[in-house]
Amino acid sequence: MEESGQLNPHTQLVDEHYTLRLFIAGSSPISVRAVTNLRVICEEFLQNRYTLEVIDAHQQPLLVRDENVTAMPMLIKKTPSPKKRLIGDFSDRERVLIGLGIKY
Amino acid sequence: MGGLPSGRPTLICGEAGSGKTLFSIEFIVKGALNYGEPGVFMAFEEKADELKTNVASLGFDLEKLESDKKIRIDYVHIDRAEIEETGEYDLEGLFIRLGYAIDSIGAKRVVLDTIENLFSGLKNEGILRAEIRRLFQFLKSKGVTAIITGERGEKSLTRQGLEEYVSDCVILLDHRIINQISTRRLRIVKYRGSVHGTNEYPFLIDDEGISVLPVTSLELNKDVSSDSISSGVPALDQMLGNAGFYRGSSILASGTAGTGKTRIAASFANATCLRKEKCLFFAFEESPKQIIRNMRSIGMDLQKHVDKGYLEFYASRPTLFGLEMHLVAIHKAIRKFKPDVVILDPITNLITIGSVSEVKTMLVRLIDFLQTEQITVMFTALTLNNIVNEQTDEGVSSLVDAWLLIRDIENNGERNRGLYIMKSRGMKHSNQIREFVITDNGLDLVDVFLTEEGVLTGSAREARLLLEQTGEIIHEQAISRKDRELIRKRKVLESKIDSLRSEFESAEEELNKVYVEEALKKQIMGDTLSKMTDLRRADVSKPIKSKKKSR
Repeated sequence: MEESGQLNPHTQLVDEHYTLRLFIAGSSPISVRAVTNLRVICEEFLQNRYTLEVIDAHQQPLLVRDENVTAMPMLIKKTPSPKKRLIGDFSDRERVLIGLGIKY
Repeated sequence: MGGLPSGRPTLICGEAGSGKTLFSIEFIVKGALNYGEPGVFMAFEEKADELKTNVASLGFDLEKLESDKKIRIDYVHIDRAEIEETGEYDLEGLFIRLGYAIDSIGAKRVVLDTIENLFSGLKNEGILRAEIRRLFQFLKSKGVTAIITGERGEKSLTRQGLEEYVSDCVILLDHRIINQISTRRLRIVKYRGSVHGTNEYPFLIDDEGISVLPVTSLELNKDVSSDSISSGVPALDQMLGNAGFYRGSSILASGTAGTGKTRIAASFANATCLRKEKCLFFAFEESPKQIIRNMRSIGMDLQKHVDKGYLEFYASRPTLFGLEMHLVAIHKAIRKFKPDVVILDPITNLITIGSVSEVKTMLVRLIDFLQTEQITVMFTALTLNNIVNEQTDEGVSSLVDAWLLIRDIENNGERNRGLYIMKSRGMKHSNQIREFVITDNGLDLVDVFLTEEGVLTGSAREARLLLEQTGEIIHEQAISRKDRELIRKRKVLESKIDSLRSEFESAEEELNKVYVEEALKKQIMGDTLSKMTDLRRADVSKPIKSKKKSR
């Protein structure tokens, strides 16, 4: 479940690549909703300059521990710094953008 | 009483520093080491490394246990600054981690320390409460015995009201400081489906972890022994119905300063060691060396018992730590040494670190413990002169089985010791006051003199003894004089009797002589008469002649 976009030279924002890792729990309604919402946001604001890794927590419990995942769904923004964790189904667009550092 | 409810969650709450984390980690470690039950420790507060370092001081090697797959430590950290909530979420991640940790080592025990930290990291309380409820269901379905710790709140047991989720067992830890000495206490608030002690149980954290001691045993159903053991002072044994103390009983020796309480205790210890039994001597006043030296002065060699391992001293200053710590230390020392006799000298000093009632409770618990272990115990206690009634400060007099009271008897400008037995349960004991003397060869009890002037002790007794001895000699002499008089009189009388008898004999002889003479006379006369008759008869041949002559 990996999706990568190319660097987009047309964006006005700073040239930064986003490495994102999303932990979901199987195909629960809330997980599905989270993936959908996040994709929409990413395509809209970070087209071609993000890497999104979607991980099913049930399949990789060790990774869950190593990444210190508690609440789910959880999106970990690895780059650019600062490292941020976003939890929830990403229905609150404002907070997602703030969390990703796109909007302040 | 039988441990935590298995397969169910238990809530442990308390203030900061009350020992929650330690209690729970000990639960995990002991489970893994002693019961073969692997455990998962989920830390929300301390990092795994910190935790390992902290409990290493208690001798728990978490590193090794973890590599042996006996325990698993999982550090859950939620940094509020790092987290952005963007909508609905759940704590599935936590469940997955916990579930994985449990399954990977087959854990039977789980600790969540302190789950309330989630509330500081996540804002949505509604979700958290629902998820925590789900978590407890999850733990129950996994069949693990769980401990959940919680910080104590202002009004409720925990800040977030966790107790509403955990309904099976709630334990409250408390840490109080009274008179600069801290005491930790534990109370079982509720425990469904189990008879539990509702009292506060003091507990301790020391280099071996947590020790809990019940305040008192719930029932009075201890075994008793009717064997008796010598007190080490033969005369005292005699006072105690010729037997000594009962094995497993508690003895109190109280008296004012310098009356020889320690000596009584030491001779009891000596007697125990001579029987090749073990004795543990808790000295709260003197150092072991001091005691050994002092007892040598009365001809008692305790050092050889120490060398042979029959006697062990345990000396500590009462102010060193709290009463609880003392009690636990005593327990530990007793369990380690397994003595037959325990001596505490003196208990009075313990009062400096606790109130009367606390000392009393401590001693009750100690006596309880010792009686269940069938260990004879002797306490010494200092009574103050100004206390009129015969109570010891510690109020233990009602608890003990036998009570020896040593009193000063001041008389004739000197001070002497009088010993009597205030009580001795189940024994025919003497009601007499004996004088308690310390000689070069040990202790002895001497009968006091009861005279018209009262009880005499010390030099007065000696003087009296002397007086009586003189009296006796004089008396004896008087008697012998009388005897001699009698003998003399007898002799006189006897000689008189002799002379009388000889007089009588001579008289008798005289009388006899008369008789004999008379008889002789008679005989002679008879003879002559017959002779004359015969002569006359010769004349019968010539009767006429004779007739003529006679007429």
